[in-house]
Amino acid sequence: MLVLFYVASAVFVVGLVLKLVQYGRTPAPLKIPTTPAPATRGGVIWRLVKEVTVFESLFKGDLLLWLFAILFHGGLLLVTVRHLRYFLDPVPEVIVWLQPFGIYGGMAMVVGLLGLWGRRLLIARVRYISTVSDHLWLLLLLVLAGSGLLMTFVTHPDVVAVKAFVRGAITFSPEPFPSDLMVALHLLAFFVLLVLFPFSKLLHAPGLFFSPTRNQADDPRERRHLASWAAALEREKAGAEER
Amino acid sequence: MAVSAHVDENEDAPELIPGATAGVKSFVAPPETQEAIGFTPALTDGWQERALQRMGELLERYRSLRVFMDACVHCGACTDKCHYYLGTRDPNNMPVARQELMRRVYRRYFTPAGRLFPKLVGARELTKEVLEEWFTYYYQCSECRRCSIFCPYGIDTAEVTMAAREILNSVGYGQKYSNEIIGKVHRIGNNLGLNPAALRNTLEGLEEELKEEVGREIRFPVDEKGAEVLLVTPSADFFAEPHIYSLIGYAKVFHAAGISWTLSTKASEGGNFGLFIGNYDQLRRIALRIREAALELGVKRVVVGECGHAWRVAYSFWNTLIGVGAGADPEDRYGQMLQRQLDHRYKQPSHICEVTYDLLERGAIKVDPTANDRYVVTFHDSCNVARASRMGSSSEGQFEIPRAIIRRVARRFVEMNPETTRERTFCCGGGGGLLTDELLEIRVKGAKPRMKALKAAVEQEGVNFMATICAICKAQFTKVLPAYGFKMSMVGGVHQLVSNAILL
Repeated sequence: MLVLFYVASAVFVVGLVLKLVQYGRTPAPLKIPTTPAPATRGGVIWRLVKEVTVFESLFKGDLLLWLFAILFHGGLLLVTVRHLRYFLDPVPEVIVWLQPFGIYGGMAMVVGLLGLWGRRLLIARVRYISTVSDHLWLLLLLVLAGSGLLMTFVTHPDVVAVKAFVRGAITFSPEPFPSDLMVALHLLAFFVLLVLFPFSKLLHAPGLFFSPTRNQADDPRERRHLASWAAALEREKAGAEER
Repeated sequence: MAVSAHVDENEDAPELIPGATAGVKSFVAPPETQEAIGFTPALTDGWQERALQRMGELLERYRSLRVFMDACVHCGACTDKCHYYLGTRDPNNMPVARQELMRRVYRRYFTPAGRLFPKLVGARELTKEVLEEWFTYYYQCSECRRCSIFCPYGIDTAEVTMAAREILNSVGYGQKYSNEIIGKVHRIGNNLGLNPAALRNTLEGLEEELKEEVGREIRFPVDEKGAEVLLVTPSADFFAEPHIYSLIGYAKVFHAAGISWTLSTKASEGGNFGLFIGNYDQLRRIALRIREAALELGVKRVVVGECGHAWRVAYSFWNTLIGVGAGADPEDRYGQMLQRQLDHRYKQPSHICEVTYDLLERGAIKVDPTANDRYVVTFHDSCNVARASRMGSSSEGQFEIPRAIIRRVARRFVEMNPETTRERTFCCGGGGGLLTDELLEIRVKGAKPRMKALKAAVEQEGVNFMATICAICKAQFTKVLPAYGFKMSMVGGVHQLVSNAILL
């Protein structure tokens, strides 16, 4: 389990960093913000904040989908905060205070995921565009959330041992993995998610920040925008004209 | 070809009719058309490797394409937002499905998941059949960007469509309509093939007609050095109806305000079809004519007439492509060159609506709105103006300024359903290189969402004039309005209304 922990984390970090570098290095040669768009850097940041926190565009597009998406992602955020207790020692006061909300978060995730899956199965348009992997993602996330809730309400694993294992792994002083099937399932599902993240549609999370239609300021008349390869083309053509 | 349609037809149709418009295809560009603009003449052996190579290059050159290929989660928020989908119910006209035509190929050749588990992630080889599907459905997209405003990641199908068309062109499988027009703009100077002598003739005729009609010498200057304003306008404005009425409007505005202006035979076209086919080099070369004309004529301002995609290219890209704008780096020689010449008290470039609005605000021109009392006017926002540009300095100026002009020059103005205006506006159905006869079926069907909103405005508010500021919208509506039982004269330009009302 420890080996898997390291392998999954390494694949996730390296894969994601490579993707971020790729996105960062790929130029956007033309100004293509979807307008109306903010004209300043600050305005762009505010636009992105709204996209990330309240899914502004999705809200305009499809209210029911927005609701399920907010339930799932909001729930995921609360659950993530709750899980910080396994990584931090001592656990900060605020994380302790937020613990119960993590449980509601888990429930919201499940409701959101079931809603999203329902849409995929019931709406002909969405069913048409769904791939096998789209369904498998929902299954994986439901396994993750479901096993988490089961441990909270039914099987009650030895969380002290789980924490010892996680802390041991991240501080490179290994502790034994508690023999608990549900914990094993929960962690394995998480490792699968980590490994697949950089190679899958989960890239929508970092992708949004690099999306030129959302992250460009609408100031083309005020500032000349030249991508590296476009500037090189300019120089080359200028050279040809002079010769 | 007689195509008629009703706005309520298809309302009870099933959500999806696979293959509904699989047979609606553009004509393939013949080898001589391709060669004339330096493109691969025809599809030959080895096209598959060449297509994939070009796709790889585009993925490295355009972050939009790279991110858009990766980020889609198939959420479906865009599925019912495209006018072509709404008008045809063909699932490949759902924006996400249109993107998937390319994304499935991307996955197969450019991602580990698609190489290892193609079936699982829906990856697909680039076969001739797939290429045909691209040619069909990427020319059933008008690049209007409506889907992109609803996408949680801002995925813009227009970017994908442009990339697909660029790949198709790179293997010799271009669209006849767009590529012929690009040939004409290089050879003759405008999309409609109007040579300098014919242009001068037309404009002289127009001057004479106007002299009889309004009793004034209203000029249409051509290639006049030292004029303050270079007007770059779509060539349809020179003789098509209703476009020409707006051209008369621009001339009256300049006349009344005492601004010296000129057209250019070299830059006698505002349109830039390089945009539609996603070819940076063409986009730039077509735009360069404007820089050359502006430098030769020594103008202080560049103003763009009523043309949607021309305004997108001018507003968003001209500064990048040819330096019309401001803020070039000191070592940026070509940006500096033009920027030294231009008068930066004005936005460069300016839209004709910005010019007219400013003159109205300052009281530099006067109007009598009762001249348009026979009209109940509504305004159709053109997609490239609405979602890919702005006017003035407020972020919604592209919606407010044309409306403000209309309210000044006409007394009865009403809005259509707000779900179909401003940033949510529906494409006319003929944009993005689709304004060709062989695509009439998809054009008529794609106009349906707009026609539905118009019908409601006609029935409830008595609308009898739909103003717009795009040459393609005007041409498309004149063709499809009759199919929906409306008179083709219902559509016209904002400056057509200005022309009626302005006091000379």
